[in-house]
Order: sequence, then C-alpha cells, then structure tokens
Amino acid sequence: MANGSGRPLSPHLQVYKLPLTAVMSITHRITGVGLAVGTLLLVWWLVAAAAGPEAFARAQGFIGSFFGLLLMFGWSAALYYHLCNGIRHLVWDAGKAFELTDADRNNKVVLGATAVLTVLTWIVGLAVW
Amino acid sequence: MASNSKTLRSPLQVARGLGSAKHGTEHWWSQRLTSIALVPLTVWFVFGVIGHLGAGHAEFIAWMKSPFSAVMMVLTAVVTFHHAQSGLQVVIEDYVNVEWQKMALIIGVKFLSFALAAACVLAVVKIFIGA
Repeated sequence: MANGSGRPLSPHLQVYKLPLTAVMSITHRITGVGLAVGTLLLVWWLVAAAAGPEAFARAQGFIGSFFGLLLMFGWSAALYYHLCNGIRHLVWDAGKAFELTDADRNNKVVLGATAVLTVLTWIVGLAVW
Repeated sequence: MASNSKTLRSPLQVARGLGSAKHGTEHWWSQRLTSIALVPLTVWFVFGVIGHLGAGHAEFIAWMKSPFSAVMMVLTAVVTFHHAQSGLQVVIEDYVNVEWQKMALIIGVKFLSFALAAACVLAVVKIFIGA
C-alpha cells in the first residue's frame, strides 16, 4: 500500500472495485433501511383493517395497483435477501464460515436463495390471488 | 490501561466493566435475539400476506380473530420494529457525525418505531376483541 507506513489502507470507494462480499454487506444494510421504510405499509394495512371495510378496501386497492405491486415485489426481494443474509450473519456470529472459499460460496447461496424464494412467492401469490 | 497507573482496580475488573456506553454487549445481543426471532415470524408473515393478497375485509378480520394469528401478528410487529430501530440506530451512528443531528435522528427513529409498533398492536387487539 502506498501510504508509506506499510499498513493497509481502507478501500478508496471511488476507485476501488468492491468484491461481491463487500457489495453484499452494504446491500444488507440498504435492504434493512428499505424494509424499515416498508413497515409503513404494514402499519397502514393493519390500521386500515381495524378502521373498517372502506379503509381496508383502499389499502388493498393500493397494494393491488401497479405501483403497489412493484413496491411489494421490491419489498419481498429485500425481505428475502435480508432474511437469508441475516442467517449468514448469525452463522458468522457463531464463529463459522469465515474462510474466503466459504464466503464466496455463501454469496452465491444467499443470492440464489433470495431469487428462488422471491420468484416462488410471486408464483404462489399470483396463483392464489 | 498503563500498568503503572495509580489504581487499585485489577485489569480484569476494568475489563469486566460495561464500556463507555455502560451497556456492554446488550445492544448487539438484542439485535441477534430479535433477528433469530424474526426468522420464523417472517416465514409466517410472508405466508399470511400471500394468503390475504386481495382479501376482503371480512376474510382479513376472520384471520386476525384467530388467537394464533393475532399473537403472531403482534409478535411480528413488535419484534420487527424493535429490530428496525436497533438497526437504524447503528446506521445513524455510523453516518451522522454531528452530535445533535445524530441524537435527534436516533430519538426520532426510536419514538416513531415504538409509536408505529403500538399502532399495529392496537389494531390487532381492536380486531381481535371485535370493537
């Protein structure tokens, strides 16, 4: 490293191409913030149901609209990503799977599981709707 | 801690303290605890949402009148908001460096999270007791 001290530098984010593991780490945080914002929809859904049929119909109407479904799709993908990658974090917390080969494999496991679960959910969801 | 500092506390006693925030690993542990709890709750919630996409009001009310569903929904809402405010706190602490802005955001996020959790709980309770 070129800082003269012989000590490693933090990655310079504008010029350093982040490895997949790092991209997945920041994505975990971004999906977490997104999901927190998405909880507003959950609050609306529950409070509308408690308020009565008209309010509930309005909430269901929004969720069923194109924009609502788009939000729900993004939200479901973020939820599955945060869930799968969160389980991976719990494995890390247990002190396991720290080797680079484990990390590379688990990147693919998490991404694959997210894609499969999201697609499966929407196939089932649109089928029963 | 320098070994020649004038203190009667042993290094072990110092290490057993709770750190500068006086909370030790409590915050970290509660994030882990809520994330473990959210694994089954999320799976239940996703199935519940799929089953009630486009459901009518009566159908939804019938679902929430089941004690199991009502308890699961209350748990999902409370644990989700606890997990969210805890995670958002860390994000704010990492990126907001002006002290008063950081504190204002953390306090705002926490108040809002618990208010929204309370709204969810009240909604489920209201439906459950049929008021």
